[in-house]
Amino acid sequence: MRLLIIEDDRESADYLVKAFREVGHVADLASDGEEGLSMADGGDYDVLVVDRMLPKRDGLSVIGTLRDKGNRTPVLILSALGQVDDRIKGLRAGGDDYLPKPYSFAELLARVEVLSRRHGGPAEETTYKVGDLELDRLSHRVARGKDELTLQPREFRLLEYLMKHAGQVVTRTMLLENVWDYHFDPQTNVIDVHISRLRSKIDKGFERPLLHTIRGAGYMIRDGIR
Amino acid sequence: MTAFGKLIRTTAFRLTLAYLFLFALFAASLLGYFAWNTRRLITEQITTTVNGEIAEINNIYTRRGLRGLDSTIRNRSLRPGANLYLVTAPNGTALGGNVASLSPGVMGSSGWSETAYRRLEDQDTGDHRALVYVTQLDNGFRLLVGRDLEERRRLFGIVAHAAQWSLLVVIVLGIGGGIFVARRVLRRIDAMTGTAQRIMAGDLSDRLPVGRSGDELDRLAENLNAMLERIEALMVGLKEVSDNIAHDLKTPLTRLRNRAEEALASSGSEAEYRTALERTIEESDGLIRTFNALLMIARAESGQARGNMDDFDAADVANGIHELYEPLAEDGGMTLRVKTAPVRLHGNRELISQALANLVENAIKYGKPSPAVQPLDAAAATRGREILIEARREGASVLLSVSDHGPGIPEGDRKHAVERFVRLETSRTLPGSGLGLSLASAVATLHGGELRLGDSHPGLTATLAIPALATGADRLAAQTQDVPQKVA
Repeated sequence: MRLLIIEDDRESADYLVKAFREVGHVADLASDGEEGLSMADGGDYDVLVVDRMLPKRDGLSVIGTLRDKGNRTPVLILSALGQVDDRIKGLRAGGDDYLPKPYSFAELLARVEVLSRRHGGPAEETTYKVGDLELDRLSHRVARGKDELTLQPREFRLLEYLMKHAGQVVTRTMLLENVWDYHFDPQTNVIDVHISRLRSKIDKGFERPLLHTIRGAGYMIRDGIR
Repeated sequence: MTAFGKLIRTTAFRLTLAYLFLFALFAASLLGYFAWNTRRLITEQITTTVNGEIAEINNIYTRRGLRGLDSTIRNRSLRPGANLYLVTAPNGTALGGNVASLSPGVMGSSGWSETAYRRLEDQDTGDHRALVYVTQLDNGFRLLVGRDLEERRRLFGIVAHAAQWSLLVVIVLGIGGGIFVARRVLRRIDAMTGTAQRIMAGDLSDRLPVGRSGDELDRLAENLNAMLERIEALMVGLKEVSDNIAHDLKTPLTRLRNRAEEALASSGSEAEYRTALERTIEESDGLIRTFNALLMIARAESGQARGNMDDFDAADVANGIHELYEPLAEDGGMTLRVKTAPVRLHGNRELISQALANLVENAIKYGKPSPAVQPLDAAAATRGREILIEARREGASVLLSVSDHGPGIPEGDRKHAVERFVRLETSRTLPGSGLGLSLASAVATLHGGELRLGDSHPGLTATLAIPALATGADRLAAQTQDVPQKVA
């Protein structure tokens, strides 16, 4: 995956470039809004990571200009302004995701990977399949092997989101945002409890677990062997 | 500026001056109208009398000649308070009458004229004026009949006098009243200014004096006092926050630093370093959460989040939070139930959801029945472990409440419990930032409502009371409230 990071703070920018390279992505760096705009315009990137407050040209204006030019590269906005209305402003300006500072790299990586997949991946499928687990989005049926599974509506949506991003790490906040549409930070492990309920339905009694906990990051659904 | 300078610059004084001018003008025009009309009436009366006499005398002269004229004039001249009479021969010598002298030229011209005169019997040489009519008789004789104008002059004098006095009274009363009113206002304004200066100097607890009359200045003072109240609350809040930040953020920061130092100093294994780092991240995540909560409270309290409000159903929020927390409650050995009626609300959905989530998290954390209380039977035991989320309407308010049957909060501690970072003694050992209730309270305040802590016998009922939305849809919802409520 090719990434462009537009961030003026040298230290955190270097850290991001290094961290992305370590997990096997190519990351370029622009340190102000103008440079970022010309690099994003010229290069073929999978995802842009844009700091909101930049010298020379504001992050939101960079995104707005790119969108006006017809550039649809997914953008993740990084911002010290983490409030709900700031997030909405960022998304309205053409951003695809919004991550308030300070963030964990695991969270950023998970979101960037989901964004790049959304951009280049195949059109939305009607059925998802991971190992012998199948989910039909139209009839809302879920089956593992020959067993039909009964899920609550929310469990279904949780599984649907996980399977849509099968093989990718999905963080707790991503689940809270996308499955429940809440953007606050619960003080408790509510998501873990939902996951463990889901896990008991789809993995319990089966030899090979599909729903994995990724330590320090979140969850991932994948067929262990593949 | 001198005291007098200040006085005459007041609005009250200037207004009084303007009124004074208007009243004086009014009085003057009234008197002027009166004087002019009276003068006209008197003049009319004189002319009628004089005209009548002229006609009569003319008549006598025609019938009885000069002799008759002479005797008539003589008779009439002798009556008390008589009119003026004068008959002259063609050569200008006076033949009869009671006039000693006239202004020159009066006898020469016929018709009406005003003249100075003196009567024959008058001793004084004072100035008398009369309105006279001169007419030409046959053979060059001329007749003058006239009437004294003293009456008219005296009346005019009275009016002029009255005008002078009334003007004086108006001016004295006006300026006096103006000074009185202006000083009264000025005194109160000065008191307010003094208080304002003291407040600016740093004494935020001072308040403007409010009188009992309930006039516009009192209302202004009341409103300014309410504003000061709010500013003071904000300032106290700010101070509390900085104190609490100092305490509650520095403690974990110190722990963090100690741990890093310890790890550096020790020559541990990689696994030990890893553990130290993981705990460092955990600790900083906790710090970030606390920090976010603080920022959110500050934003809610300052009213910044007002921009992002829309209409929604409080029941949806209650159901959503129930759905999210139900498994967590069950894991904690509690039952989370929800009971809702449709109630429309205008507000920040995200913030209200978060406030309700905080209340539910609190209930799950602290709402377990105290072990000291033994339930009477199995049903009571079940009830004791139940947490109820409720959305309903009461009067003009939407109530979103969370009730548990735990130990509750003693009445005296409730106000205290809402404050930032306050964790009551009983809960100090449990994890948490101590910001849940204060965030809920700030959210309620942002929406013009309040957070109420009550008793659920036993246990705590925490209620977000927020003014309801008065729309057509809402009125409809209010009407259908009697319909059996949905219980999940």
